[in-house]
Amino acid sequence: MNQPSGVGLTLKPISRNEMAQKIASYIVEGTYVNLGIGMPTLVANYLPPDKEIFLHSENGILGMGPAPQDADIDWDLINAGKQPVTLLTGGSYFHQADSFAMMRGGHIDISVLGGFQVSQTGDLANWHTGEVDAVPAVGGAMDLAVGAKKTYVMMEHLTKDGKSKLVAQCTYPLTGIGCVSMVFTDLGIFEILPEGFFVVELFNEMSLAQVQAVTPVVLHTYP
Amino acid sequence: MINKVTDSLAQAFSGIQDGSVVMIGGFGGSGIPHELIEGLVAQNAKDLVIITNNAGSGETGIAALLKSRRVRKIICSYPRMANSHIFETLYRSKEIELELTPQGNLAERIRAQGAGIGGFFTETAFGTLLAQGKETRLINGKNYVFESPLEADFALIKGYKGDRWGNLVYRKASRNFGPIMAMAAKTTIAQVQEVVELGVLDPEQIITPGIFVQHVIHVGEPI
Repeated sequence: MNQPSGVGLTLKPISRNEMAQKIASYIVEGTYVNLGIGMPTLVANYLPPDKEIFLHSENGILGMGPAPQDADIDWDLINAGKQPVTLLTGGSYFHQADSFAMMRGGHIDISVLGGFQVSQTGDLANWHTGEVDAVPAVGGAMDLAVGAKKTYVMMEHLTKDGKSKLVAQCTYPLTGIGCVSMVFTDLGIFEILPEGFFVVELFNEMSLAQVQAVTPVVLHTYP
Repeated sequence: MINKVTDSLAQAFSGIQDGSVVMIGGFGGSGIPHELIEGLVAQNAKDLVIITNNAGSGETGIAALLKSRRVRKIICSYPRMANSHIFETLYRSKEIELELTPQGNLAERIRAQGAGIGGFFTETAFGTLLAQGKETRLINGKNYVFESPLEADFALIKGYKGDRWGNLVYRKASRNFGPIMAMAAKTTIAQVQEVVELGVLDPEQIITPGIFVQHVIHVGEPI
């Protein structure tokens, strides 16, 4: 655990499931949502079951339901992460160009993506570590980043070696420019406005000074 | 009488030559035309250019085609999957050329070709590595990147049911790239689980009208 210099208090991050729960609380009934592969998939577990929220999957599903029982697995019905899923009553299938038109045409309300870095101007890096010998793969990340009405990023605040993922400028290759509206980390929730990052909430009663000490870019508070 | 249904893969594949450009449907394991890919592996054409979303996994399907070293170039969005070691080995040893395309651009470039559109401007990938060297334009205050259509000699796709005129329906999310690839390629070969009599497919429900399909091959239940 990081011991930010000059603060002397241990950071108290929340779990991935708690992060997913926080994001879910920002998604209201009637919203069309795309949950990116990896961590964002957890958000589905916390959407209120009594509210109708439409999950989009890039491979051509609207009204995606939870994973099936083993006996009901159908490999023609998978999600973007290639895992078996189900279709809710009222759901639909469509081809790839229509599916991406839903994103690129601004019809999806919220896209939740994982991230390596988010800059104070809302740039996102989440597809490539920049390593020369890495096999590059992008999938729908660039379409999702710029196409949805709002792009939320869900990621740990710090890398494994303690570096902030909230940065002044991304050093990893970009996925999209100025596309992120909100960042949900394990330390807090941050909105991106023209002036930079604004603190919406810090978890477990951590202080602004404490979180600012591990974040090399100004965290503004609302006036 | 028009009958596009054939039992002969050899006949359907007869035009595939050295240097042919072949689109292959599927996303992950869903909608992959396994039997047609096996036919392509058994065929002798080399220096092929393959347009498909993923680059295969394990040792079968697209991975087997790559392993046969008859693919010069692959245009795809996400070549890195579990067990995609054959692609990764060829890529690292520079034995295969990769044109990485965001998935929405891949879909729209295919759709554009099928619709006779000479390219399009999109916000996706603006300012990223994947837009380097491409024409850009400011349209209504937003930055766009020019993307060209993708031509293909052949499309190999997987339908669910088909008739002798080439009309197709698909099953669940396996539809993915099928309809747009059928539109884009000069010759489309569709494998189907079931061949039905003309008139059995409800005209209101046909997803790919027969004009886009040249050969229908009955393969029966999935292997």
